Amino acid sequence: MKTKMSSKQYEKYIKDKLPKPAYLKNCIAAFIVGGLICDVAQFISNTAKSYGYNQEAVSSITAASMVFLGAFLTGIGIYDRIGKFAGAGSIVPITGFANSMVSPAMEFKREGFVFGVGAKMFILAGPVLVYGISASILIGIIRYLLGK
Amino acid sequence: MRKKFLLGSDRMAGKRLGKQTLKFSSPPSVISNAAIAGPKEGEGPLSQYFDLILTDDYFGEDSWEKAESKMLKEAVKSAVKASGRSNTNIDFMFAGDLLNQIISSSFAARELQIPYIGLYGACSTMAESLCMGALMIDGGFAEAVVCATSSHFCSAERQYRFPLEQGVQRSPFTQWTVTGAGAAVVAEAGTGPYITHATIGKVLDFGIKDANNMGAAMAPAAVDTITAHLNETGRKPEYYDLIITGDLGKVGKAIILDMMPKEGFDITKVYNDCGSMIFDSEKQDTHAGGSGCGCAAVVLNGYIAKEMKRGNINKVLLIATGALLSPTTTWQGESIPCIAHAVAIENAIGVGV
Repeated sequence: MKTKMSSKQYEKYIKDKLPKPAYLKNCIAAFIVGGLICDVAQFISNTAKSYGYNQEAVSSITAASMVFLGAFLTGIGIYDRIGKFAGAGSIVPITGFANSMVSPAMEFKREGFVFGVGAKMFILAGPVLVYGISASILIGIIRYLLGK
Repeated sequence: MRKKFLLGSDRMAGKRLGKQTLKFSSPPSVISNAAIAGPKEGEGPLSQYFDLILTDDYFGEDSWEKAESKMLKEAVKSAVKASGRSNTNIDFMFAGDLLNQIISSSFAARELQIPYIGLYGACSTMAESLCMGALMIDGGFAEAVVCATSSHFCSAERQYRFPLEQGVQRSPFTQWTVTGAGAAVVAEAGTGPYITHATIGKVLDFGIKDANNMGAAMAPAAVDTITAHLNETGRKPEYYDLIITGDLGKVGKAIILDMMPKEGFDITKVYNDCGSMIFDSEKQDTHAGGSGCGCAAVVLNGYIAKEMKRGNINKVLLIATGALLSPTTTWQGESIPCIAHAVAIENAIGVGV
């Protein structure tokens, strides 16, 4: 073979041969679906408030309901289709977090409840939890120091 | 003395052309084929060529891995049956697949009880197994062998990528792993088609790190093997009715067509790619096309075998391409080494060059 290319040259060479994602269409889909998910959450929040729950309880009820919805839609095989259409619009909200835990749990059920479901449930959500909790601790420390 | 060393020993005389190409002195014959395809593949443009189309991804099993192994086993069984032989009349089985420790093949071999040689060449396995089988026969060590491979969309996705139910968008250049298995029985005597040549590929790496961009990663290996084959046999691309790569998809196909003229060969008229043929990417939403061991396997043992039997295609060069990565190397940020093996399958021996 005569053609010799460094990895940089090859990367440049194939660039115009790769189909581009439909950025505008994807952004609009993400905006609309992400917005709709937030509307549902807002509706739950408002309803809970109208029943006279305090703010803390309202937040918990809303989060728990949305996690349930995400998990439920994953379980009946709908959330992956929403995700295919909406991209980040359905990954970023808390329903996406539920999806990232339920989908591996379903997938690895065949390997048993301990080494399958139990161990693999966190393969996607694990990093989010680790760095999310680490960041919150770090910011908590900074707040404590500055607050003094 | 030096010259003799370069050409190899006398025993090899005429069997090796150049560095990579093998010429079989008594070309073994492909006497039967079997292609089993998944439901999605069965809805694609090549559905009429498959011997069995699964109605569901599980194939009556309780896991996708078991389903894949069963597909491979059934493909071998039906190819052996079509050859008019029984398992005991098959000397060796050459098989491989994508799953860790090539479990689909080994677990199928456990049931089949044919002396078994497991291969790993990722998606190049169909060409690799045919080449090894033909060598065994031409070398006089076997009278009949079976060569097989398989892949399954669901088992491959869970090993290499994401859980199926996870809501993610696939990049437009990703390929869809074919659910399917193919097997071919190759024998010393037969009425063709014959395996006349094989070109063993080198491992090439042009630095692609994105495991979703297989077509671009594998294309240079295919270009290298096609070029070596044509140079070493002295054949022109037009000698073949079809030069077909295994699973480069649309992206890899475009790269091949762009790179080959730079090597001095224009293959546009006779070139196609199994991955670009197996799905209707617009209707079936498969992005850049099919991939996986099963892709070349079902196209070869389905479409090509039947078209050769009908005499619509007489000379085929199949170049099956494999990406030799693992999930571990991807996580460690390694680029993707790739390989391509070619086998020339012809209805008649000794016609033309």
